[in-house]
Amino acid sequence: MYVLKDNWSTYWEGFLGTLELTVWASLLALVLGFVMASFRVAPVGSLRVFGTVWVTVLRNTPLTLLFFAVLLGLPRFGLVLPFQVFAVLALGCYTSAFICEVLRSGINTVPKGQGEAARSLGMSFGQTLSLVVLPQAFRSVIPPVGSTLIALAKNSAIAGAFSVTELLGTYKTINELGYNIVWTFVWIAVGYLIITLAISALFHLLERKWGVAR
Amino acid sequence: MTDSTALYDLPGPRTRRRHTRYGVLSAVVLLVLLAWILYLLLDTGQFTHTKWMPFEYQGIQKLLLRGLGNTLKAFALAAVLSLALGGLLATGRLSDHRPVRWAATVVVEFFRAMPVLVMIFFIFVALKAQPLTALVAGLTLYNGSVLAEVLRSGVRAVERGQREAAFALGMRKTQVMAHVLVPQAVRAMLPAVISQLVVALKDTSLGFLITYEEFLHAGKLIASNLDYDLPFIPVVMVIAPIYIGMCMLLSWFAGWVSRREQRSPRTDAVTVVTAGPGALLPGGEPPTAPRP
Repeated sequence: MYVLKDNWSTYWEGFLGTLELTVWASLLALVLGFVMASFRVAPVGSLRVFGTVWVTVLRNTPLTLLFFAVLLGLPRFGLVLPFQVFAVLALGCYTSAFICEVLRSGINTVPKGQGEAARSLGMSFGQTLSLVVLPQAFRSVIPPVGSTLIALAKNSAIAGAFSVTELLGTYKTINELGYNIVWTFVWIAVGYLIITLAISALFHLLERKWGVAR
Repeated sequence: MTDSTALYDLPGPRTRRRHTRYGVLSAVVLLVLLAWILYLLLDTGQFTHTKWMPFEYQGIQKLLLRGLGNTLKAFALAAVLSLALGGLLATGRLSDHRPVRWAATVVVEFFRAMPVLVMIFFIFVALKAQPLTALVAGLTLYNGSVLAEVLRSGVRAVERGQREAAFALGMRKTQVMAHVLVPQAVRAMLPAVISQLVVALKDTSLGFLITYEEFLHAGKLIASNLDYDLPFIPVVMVIAPIYIGMCMLLSWFAGWVSRREQRSPRTDAVTVVTAGPGALLPGGEPPTAPRP
């Protein structure tokens, strides 16, 4: 117990680091994933190809390799940013591929007749999209987006190994001070559980409010 | 392609012309982007002879191959062990005995909720294990738990009539499981199982962080060599396609199995999962087959 009390500030800093990383990377992943999903369902061939390549490559890239390439590679092109920004970039781009696929399959669950009915009522493309298709797609993607973001929070642990202030990375400092290593990890685990459980509770709420009644 | 979505009508001649214009425009933009990246690479001198020289040496080729071998070794061990653990935990979760079921549930839920890297570091730092042991043990615990959940949802996705018919024929629970439910469940879930193995293959690169001498580690050794003018970008350009290619091959195999099993008459009583996006998700929910 006293491991937590004595090192509260270290843990708190790490916890906030993980939280920040998760929030910013989630936002980036959602935005990029939405853009890529709209590319993948676009009637324009070259955009579709770009979206497909993006998803296929990123989905099959080991995240460690991506971190390795982004955090150590981009500075060689003269792009020098804080490590945390690089970590958000890597994590966000990686997760955007999964978000894209979730959103795309959500759009594909909307029956074709819905769009046809909307158009035959004289709705424009924007109206069809915002009033008919997206609301229905949104309902069915809540649970899978939630589990994708939980995976993102868990994957953020890799950033700690690339000298970003983050929860898992705190074990080094505390270990050097000579505290019990098992308890150190127990509190790290609790920190991650708090974050993942919070995300899953949030998405339960969203689903309760907007989810599909099956 | 796009007529499967509710978004667009079938385009008429004018719309088709407009789409072609958009297509050309965006292709030009993308090509300019690509050219800019190439220019950056050339401008910072990534294609000089000094930087690519190391790949000609046999010692360095051997170093890379040894790294690749170590990656594949960790993957093979983790795959076999996590399949075994997954089977065991799935059996536990489907048990008729409540304590067994609870114990298996606790184990599965705990290891699925933990970041796999925390587990690997715990085994490596706190239990002072060898890097290979720590990596394989961490991957096994995590992927085993996910596979247990995949297999369990496979068994539950088999049509109820199959189970009832088997019980009505006087089979015991073990017989029902072994002869009726599990064969169908495994067939239906094979794509998801292979997709989870892709995750395991990707995660072997975490061994890099605990100094296991795998592929990325070999790359790092070469990249930090001053004699060759720090060939970091060339190393990434060599390593990344190999890594990504291996994972793509396995993903493609999962998709192939999925299409094959969907056509097979032996999976009529159960829904075959597609080797889709969720299935490849590290740490996400296991792909559950839709209830029939």
